[in-house]
Amino acid sequence: MLGLNKKDTSLLILVAALALFAPFILNPFPVGSAMAQFNAGYPDLMQRFVIFGIFAIGFNILFGLTGYLSFGHAAFLGVGSYAAVWMFKLLSMNVVPAIILSVITAGLFALVIGYVSLRRSGIYFSILTLAFAQMTYALAYSVLTPITGGETGLQLALDDPRVLDGAATGDNIPVPGFFGMEMRGSSQLEIGDWAFTFSNGYYFCAIIMLLSFYLSIRIFRSPFGMMLRAIKSNQQRLYYTGLNARPYTLAAFVISGMYAGLAGGLMAAMDPLAGAERMFWTASGEVVLMTILGGVGTLIGPVLGAGLIKYMENILSKINSDILHGWFAFLPDGLEDLIVTLIYPFIGKGWHLTLGLMFMLVVIFLPGGLVEAGQRISRLFGRKKADDKSEKSTSTEPAE
Amino acid sequence: MGILEVKDVNKRFGGLQALGDVNLSVAENSCHAIIGPNGAGKSTLLNCLVGKLIPDTGSVMFDGQSVLGRKPYEINQMGISRVFQTPEIFGDLSVLENMMIPIFARRDGAFRMHAVEDTANEKEIVDQAENMLESLNMADKRHMHSASMSRGDKRRLEIGMCLAQEPRLLLLDEPTAGMARADTNNTIDLLKQIKDERDITIAIIEHDMHVVFSLAERITVLAQGTPLVEDTPDKIKGHPKVREAYLGETA
Repeated sequence: MLGLNKKDTSLLILVAALALFAPFILNPFPVGSAMAQFNAGYPDLMQRFVIFGIFAIGFNILFGLTGYLSFGHAAFLGVGSYAAVWMFKLLSMNVVPAIILSVITAGLFALVIGYVSLRRSGIYFSILTLAFAQMTYALAYSVLTPITGGETGLQLALDDPRVLDGAATGDNIPVPGFFGMEMRGSSQLEIGDWAFTFSNGYYFCAIIMLLSFYLSIRIFRSPFGMMLRAIKSNQQRLYYTGLNARPYTLAAFVISGMYAGLAGGLMAAMDPLAGAERMFWTASGEVVLMTILGGVGTLIGPVLGAGLIKYMENILSKINSDILHGWFAFLPDGLEDLIVTLIYPFIGKGWHLTLGLMFMLVVIFLPGGLVEAGQRISRLFGRKKADDKSEKSTSTEPAE
Repeated sequence: MGILEVKDVNKRFGGLQALGDVNLSVAENSCHAIIGPNGAGKSTLLNCLVGKLIPDTGSVMFDGQSVLGRKPYEINQMGISRVFQTPEIFGDLSVLENMMIPIFARRDGAFRMHAVEDTANEKEIVDQAENMLESLNMADKRHMHSASMSRGDKRRLEIGMCLAQEPRLLLLDEPTAGMARADTNNTIDLLKQIKDERDITIAIIEHDMHVVFSLAERITVLAQGTPLVEDTPDKIKGHPKVREAYLGETA
């Protein structure tokens, strides 16, 4: 289907189903219950899942296939956001032109930065991309204040021209929409104690994420993708096989930069403001963590990694000591305090500590990330079946 | 006029004269071996032919065109393929994929943006790769992870990948170095077969005299960066200068 083989088609359908039913899947606990704070099915967080999923899918096309580790991809995300907000200010509150411009702008940036950085490989490439990203950040934060809004960030104003939309009516700044469908609009469904929110913005992002995911499968399975893997495997052999690795890596760099720009544009479409902190080097590091945590070079890994990190960032960080005391209230006082003291560093603002530990465990024990974990589990359950099969095949096939 | 003409090539690394006035002519469709003791400049010469090194002076002409100043991939696209001393293959890719890449390179040139086509639909390329593997007796290994093969098989695959490009000149840098006897003999047989079946020029750098004398039609002996003699294998065997270079004056 769609030019994919059976396995890839079922993977795409799985991701589509997960995205479609995310408001249900991520909201397993009834409102008001003690576990409700683990619900992630609210629009703001779900949008972040898919947007960072797009970011990580794109990053994986570069890092997973060619092995070139960029430490400056957040710059493209930031550039995309600025481009989108400017489009909202100048042209129209429709998200389509904004997203198109953010992808193009990020692509052009990636072309320039990639052209220079790809002259080196390995650690020098990473440092070059990091330097470029930090320069972009510094420029956006101070020198380019008229374009970027500097410290306060770039925001919409009531008197923005918005050439296509005409002058604003009323006292409210208009909100981004898709041909009249407001991004922040949503509808609620209540079933018993459960409340599910279906947000326009989330579904818009989810559809774009599915398209991006589909495109990345196609790239992975194409001759171009094979060349990228060959670059990672043995660049010397590639050059002595009559192939020039440079345009291949540059194309991969620009494609992944455009993915980042798309993610940045979507972020602005969901919440029309852009700030320089989106380009800070920690944001570039985050997408590296997402990709490695999920599984480098796998199709679905980056999406899973992005989801996991964003979930922890938003859910784990909300647990405070009062909540902990509530959970362990059944224990004797001394023991309760001890356990709360032990767990406390890993929650709330300390969620980075948990993330760090998890990252270490994954890198040491599961170098293939969450995808490898999944494979091991399915092998564990599938072993009995496989044994049956192999017995059958040995009995039917004649020996040599 | 040979297909490969090396004229007055000099290469100096600091105080070391690696190559001094090397002249060499390789006739089309012949098998030419370059031998010499360690440090004679054999590998330096080879690197000058494929664009890895640029000689200080002199010229290297392939089929009437200079190769100097061209990038390795450009020289390869001119029709020179190189087999390395340690087999260089795409270890993370399957054997079939390894074989498809040079065929893509031959068809599409140094770069082509085919990002959404399905590799499996490239029937013509897949068929050619399968045929090539068949002729190497490696068809049963096509889905194997190529890094997990034996050294002999890796060498076989590498030579096959070079042949898949249908080069006019095949350069081999000690193709049997570090190989067991059986693998060495297999490689010799493969190279003999290639020589017989194809219109191809082979230039081989080798330490192993057994390999050289089973394959070469002409031999150049290199010593201290300069060609000592060039002749047929029979004449080289008993040549006093060659004995001197290999065994020292007193021998």
